[in-house]
Amino acid sequence: MTTSTRPEPTAGPVAPVVTDAPEQPTRPRRRHHAAIAEPRPVPWVYAVLIGGLVVLVGPFLWMLLGSFRPDRELKQVPPAWLPENPTLDNYRTLFTELDFPTYFFNSTVVAVAITLGNLIFCSMLGYALAKLHFPGKRIIFGLVLGTLMVPGVVTFVPLFVLVSNLGMVNSFPGLIFPFLAGPFGVFLMRQFFQSLPDELIHAARVDGAAELRIFWSIMLPLCKPALATLGILTFLASWNNFLWPLVVAQSEEKYTLPVALAIYAIGENKSDYGLLMAGSVAIIVPVLLVFLALQKHFVRGIAMTGIK
Amino acid sequence: MTAGSISSPPSSRRRPDRGRRREVVAGYVLSLPFLAVFLVFTIGPVIASFVMSFTDLRSSDVRNPLAVAFVGVENYSKLFADETFRKAAFNTAYFVVIGVPLTMGLALAVAVALDSGITRLRTFFRVGYYLPVVTSIVAVAVVWRFLLDPDSGIVNTLLGYVGIEGPSWLKSTTWAMPSIIVMSAWRNMGSLVIIFLAGLQVVPKEMHEAAAIDGAGPWARFRHITLPMLRPTLLFGGVVTMIGYLQFFEEPFVMTRGGPLDSTLSTAYYTYNQFGFGNYSYAAAMAYVLFVVIALVTALQFKWLGSKD
Repeated sequence: MTTSTRPEPTAGPVAPVVTDAPEQPTRPRRRHHAAIAEPRPVPWVYAVLIGGLVVLVGPFLWMLLGSFRPDRELKQVPPAWLPENPTLDNYRTLFTELDFPTYFFNSTVVAVAITLGNLIFCSMLGYALAKLHFPGKRIIFGLVLGTLMVPGVVTFVPLFVLVSNLGMVNSFPGLIFPFLAGPFGVFLMRQFFQSLPDELIHAARVDGAAELRIFWSIMLPLCKPALATLGILTFLASWNNFLWPLVVAQSEEKYTLPVALAIYAIGENKSDYGLLMAGSVAIIVPVLLVFLALQKHFVRGIAMTGIK
Repeated sequence: MTAGSISSPPSSRRRPDRGRRREVVAGYVLSLPFLAVFLVFTIGPVIASFVMSFTDLRSSDVRNPLAVAFVGVENYSKLFADETFRKAAFNTAYFVVIGVPLTMGLALAVAVALDSGITRLRTFFRVGYYLPVVTSIVAVAVVWRFLLDPDSGIVNTLLGYVGIEGPSWLKSTTWAMPSIIVMSAWRNMGSLVIIFLAGLQVVPKEMHEAAAIDGAGPWARFRHITLPMLRPTLLFGGVVTMIGYLQFFEEPFVMTRGGPLDSTLSTAYYTYNQFGFGNYSYAAAMAYVLFVVIALVTALQFKWLGSKD
């Protein structure tokens, strides 16, 4: 941190020139100062990063501005930078004429249920795999690990056959059950439980605590950071999930937000950009707010597992 | 089968049998809820998908499984002769082969820039670059369709300022796929930036300093110190990105509907379409081909990572 502007004279044996003149810090070392560019902030690095950031954030601003423009202005060539006649009509249509409140509700119910299910089931199995000894444990972990990379596109056809035979097409159970027990969560929770000391469990056993109580009252409360990470990542994945809800939600009253937006975007509202931008804002802004509030958990989740 | 057959850690060796049995019971009780859901909704379908791909199951047979017959590898032989499938496979390869290096290159450049000793705004940049990753691909694709509108879109407007007449991006067989690739790189680079930044922390600063004193310039140090040290991280990031890209679906679904002339139809999209037509077993076969490719990519990663590190 503090080495940002001056090279440290610690290079020692490989830098005899530096050790020659330790009393004159700046002048004679000028050459080396230039050579060691690594810890020095360079103005053009900032320029490039800021430029990149504009490209990354720009589309979101354009979306937001677009959602407040009347239709006429959206078709205007060339477009005006700022809305000339800002309006809330797009949002009004979205929430009164179209059924976005329902889609919003559906997305929330599905995401919350899936998140809770994963937090409970994955921490239970994760703990068992990390800390308990029982026959068959290795097979279970192998199964979980083996399916970590199985993509949704591989299973959705037989899953649909199964779900329709269970009578769950176009229902909340149909939207929720296939994602209730994800291998990713088990992997993450197992890793975390393994980092907790066994002595906690032994001490509790000596005190006569029952096994399930040790899990629930002693070990689980120590997992709050991992649970937060898992909860956020699961909620997000579910909120943005598309293929399965598209397949299983067959009538409008069960659409989730991405399904509804996609259907509008390719249907008769195809070129109604104001409406589509307002719909995009409705999907994106809630997660953006959550992300900005809890961003360190995201970063930790990515760093822990590398999976988005 | 009871507690006697398991290998106990030394610390629990002195525990009475009853305690060990309790541990086994607790293990099963804690495993059961997950396993029940997991076997029915994940393992079952993975196996069923494979079996299904050797049958002639169609949507009309769903409630009447006795009408289904095994047809051997017919679906697979039909698949490889299917012009549209070949086109979709080619498009998927195009998307992966251009998209993965592009995304990784951009992410690496940003990660190295963020790691080059800048202290101010570091968190701000990290958050900013990660932003698109958390957003819905459907919403992002809708927004980009708006940006890429040939007349009123901002992209062609900006190009117009510098005297370039932008094409009709998503309606051109030439430009539709590159547009989708750039959008995907834009959306996905953020998670790679985080992964690469974590990897860069492992590169010792002393190596850079020593090399700099020996006269190595920034580019030489990047090539001969940073890149080799980052190899496992790069490989990991590459595979994770590739697995995601092999399944791309939302982007063409929203932006081009696979067109124009199937030029953005992906394997996953074609699978979905065949499912929509009721050709379940054919869709299952297609999905399995994709699955095998993904499994091979994952296996190769483990092989490469295991061999040199």
